[in-house]
This record gives sequence, structure tokens and C-alpha cells, in this order.
Amino acid sequence: MTITLSHFSAALVFATFASIVFGITHRDTTREMVRYGLYCFAMFLGGVIVAGWAMWLLRR
Amino acid sequence: MANSTTEKAKLETSEPVSMMSVVAPALGWLIPGAGHIIQRRWIRGALLFVSIAALFLLGLAMQGRIYKANGGDILDMLGFVGDLGAGAFYIVTLTMDWGQGAIAFATADYGTKFMIVAGLLNFIAVADAYHIAIGKKQ
Repeated sequence: MTITLSHFSAALVFATFASIVFGITHRDTTREMVRYGLYCFAMFLGGVIVAGWAMWLLRR
Repeated sequence: MANSTTEKAKLETSEPVSMMSVVAPALGWLIPGAGHIIQRRWIRGALLFVSIAALFLLGLAMQGRIYKANGGDILDMLGFVGDLGAGAFYIVTLTMDWGQGAIAFATADYGTKFMIVAGLLNFIAVADAYHIAIGKKQ
């Protein structure tokens, strides 16, 4: 079985699962875990979008 | 007198070595999330298992390459250390001779990275299971 993901969907999958693990392992209470997980997810995806636009600007 | 007081203080501050503080990390390495599950952190353990297993298996399905023990390039050695963290997933993949990598697929390199990251995330989960076992974390 072969799965072919686009660049963005690969980043999305990576951000989702890495954020879950970071949230659980880096915070103590459930509420903090959820908040930190969402923060990491936003930072991962935000980083991808910012890097994408930066490369677009560099290419022009 | 002073010596006995110091020794007593040392004993009180040292972390207790319990059976759980050895078993939980070991089991957590072999099966991601199991270190949490045996300490009755059911949801955390299940989420860790799903996340790490999904990353590793997706990496495999994306035709990622698995690293074997080697003494060559430093990046290859680090790749091996990362992959090794996935525990049973790594052992099974190596035994079945999967994860050979396919240059024909553009996303195969992503797959390789997914598997390395899955292993590294499991190392963090193992450390977390240990912290729970010694009472440093709830």
C-alpha cells in the first residue's frame, strides 16, 4: 500500500500528531494539555504558511 | 551526627526506585503509550499510541526508508537512533524487511522523516511515563 500526500497534507498530519504528543507530555493538567496542543498545532501550521509565503516572495 | 543527618537528608530527597519506574519506560518504549496505560492514564496512553503509530505507519506507507545500525554517516546514525525509538514498530519493520524506501515517490523522504519523528516522539513519551512513575507528574 502506498500513500501519496501533498506537501500541505503531510505538514497537516505531522502537525496534528506531534501536537498531541507535545500537549500530553509537556503539561500537567488536562486543560493545559489541550491549550498547549492547540498552540503547538497553530505554530506548526502558522510556520508552514509563513515559510511558504517567504519562499514565494524570495522567488519573485 | 552531622554525617548521619546528611545521609538521612540524602535518602529523603533521592527519588524512589520502584518497579514501575523501570517497567513503565521499558514498556512505553516497546509499545508507544503502554507506559501510560499501565499507570492507568488510559486516554493519554491511547492518544500517544494512536499518534505515534499513525506517524510511523504513514511514513511506512509513504515508502519511507528505515535506518539500520550503522557506523557511517552521522545523519544515518542519527536516523537509526530516531527510528529505534519506535520500539516494536521498528523491530517488526526491520524483521519484515519493510521500509526500503523508494526514490520513485516524491514523498518518500517525508515518510522517512515521519518514521524518525515517530521514534523521537516516543522517547519523549517514555520520559513522561518515567516522570509519572516517580511521582514528578500526575
